Amino acid sequence: MKGLILWLAGGSIISMILWCLLGILLGAGAYTVYYGEGLSYLSSDPKACVNCHIMREQYDEWQKASHHAAASCVDCHLPHDPLGKWIAKAENGFWHSKGFTLQDFHEPIRIHNKNATILQANCVRCHQDFVHQITTIKPSESNTVHCVHCHNHVGHGPSR
Amino acid sequence: MLLWQNIAERKQEALQNVFKVVEVTEDTIDPAIWGKNYPRQYDSYSRTVDVERTRHGGSEAFQKLDDDPRWRILFKGYAFGVDYREERGHAYMLKDQEETERVKNFKQPGACLHCHASVLTAYQQTGVKAGIPNDAAHRQQAIMKGFEEVCAMPYAEANKLVSHPVSCVDCHDPATMALRVTRPGFINGMQVLAQSSDPLPHLPSVERWRKGSRKTPYDPNLEASRQEMRSMACAQCHVEYYFKGEKKLLTYPWHKGLKADQIEEYYDEVGWKDWVHADSGAPVLKAQHPEFELWSQGIHARSGVSCADCHMPYKREGAIKVSDHHIRSPMLNISRACQTCHHYPEQEILSRVNAIQDRTKNLMLRAENATVDLIKALNEAGKQGKNDEQLKAVRALHRKAQWRLDFIAAENSTGFHAPQESARLLGEAIDFARQGQIKLLEVNKPTGKP
Repeated sequence: MKGLILWLAGGSIISMILWCLLGILLGAGAYTVYYGEGLSYLSSDPKACVNCHIMREQYDEWQKASHHAAASCVDCHLPHDPLGKWIAKAENGFWHSKGFTLQDFHEPIRIHNKNATILQANCVRCHQDFVHQITTIKPSESNTVHCVHCHNHVGHGPSR
Repeated sequence: MLLWQNIAERKQEALQNVFKVVEVTEDTIDPAIWGKNYPRQYDSYSRTVDVERTRHGGSEAFQKLDDDPRWRILFKGYAFGVDYREERGHAYMLKDQEETERVKNFKQPGACLHCHASVLTAYQQTGVKAGIPNDAAHRQQAIMKGFEEVCAMPYAEANKLVSHPVSCVDCHDPATMALRVTRPGFINGMQVLAQSSDPLPHLPSVERWRKGSRKTPYDPNLEASRQEMRSMACAQCHVEYYFKGEKKLLTYPWHKGLKADQIEEYYDEVGWKDWVHADSGAPVLKAQHPEFELWSQGIHARSGVSCADCHMPYKREGAIKVSDHHIRSPMLNISRACQTCHHYPEQEILSRVNAIQDRTKNLMLRAENATVDLIKALNEAGKQGKNDEQLKAVRALHRKAQWRLDFIAAENSTGFHAPQESARLLGEAIDFARQGQIKLLEVNKPTGKP
């Protein structure tokens, strides 16, 4: 029996200990992902966005805002091409996790330029028939007038 | 493992943010006991011991009379001419009052404690001594009676009844933690204000009450929304007041409305003066920190923004959202206080506030100079032997100018709470003071033949 275990572990005590540690690490990691509802972030469900409490206010506001019935979080905040969507999800997911674990982000939270550009593109995506004459500039160019500059309540309701 | 622990901690916080370990009642005055149940709020409340200077104010007790000696002249003949220090944070409100020369060297009534101490239990017990039954049903009645009794006491005697500065129980219901108002002076003040015809669009519950049957007096605890309460809790004390009659009954002069002119009109009607100015002989008024009154004239009030929104903004501790009880200048906390609504960099917001306050300050200095000039001119005319009859109209102008100047100077926002209203009042102060000087030229004109 002992021989069998040693053989499975590659023949030495040290490698057996390493295998055990790896198992513990993988197990704890997998459980953390499960406990932190890690897989929910692969969905488009707005509820996933309030897992970590930071977005509670934004979520509450969105429920009272005019776009509630028309768009969920990801409709406005993620690109709609298959590759860009997952890149943005991964990138934002990393920064969100880091920020909330280390508690080192600016409050009230602010959208970064990259995400503001995504947001602007999504306004145009739905409303382009209506606004094509005023959106002749690319959303990434900093001198663009962003829709939410004036229509700042459509996604998250009034600011108070 | 650490990450898992971190997530677990946040989840627990989200489930339960109050853990009751002690019972608090109406008579639990000591905030430290409440702090056992609400450690986060208590921690930030305890931070009001900080000493911070802002551009025009803050919580460092510098002597304003040395900072700007004009005020020694403006307050001549009154206790404020002896000692006028910047107030420190909430934690010091009782201590500062016990220490000021205005209380040590002048006779002050117990009325002062209404706002400088956690005084409800003292009022209730004094009310019981005066014959109100000692039970829960008569509690409010006993408090109101005790308030009248304590107002009339000498300060030193009343001071023995209290032990803490304003604390949790003064704004929170111990059973539900709901915001409430408890100060008799404010409750009375709101009743007369509701009956006035001053438009109050920023206090919708008063407007609703006015349209109703008016059978029972307006009561904030029954009528006001939570958002209104987030201002009214502060308005219990951050207001203009006077001590009415022999009994020194603390009274908020809102019978005609909240504006400086309406308050002045009321004072003129009841014939009130705080003191007779030692140099000018005018029956002048002293304005006392009329923050609620000035804020009521401003754009933030009009937009439905409460005191707490800027002075006690929400903050997050882990997964828990708490009101920051470290009450202070929003300029020391710009991100949370302003950026929730104003999406500009902190430096930009600060610059905008500085622009408003610097303009107010410069106008205030002009109003100070103008009023001091009038005081000196009146003093000179008195020395020349001009009589009361001849000087009466000019002294009335001194009263008007000084009231408007002091209304903005004593108010703790250097104009920010309502910039245009502040400029209007200071402009009028300058005008009245200079009008007085012109009138004096008339009085001083040599009569008859040389």
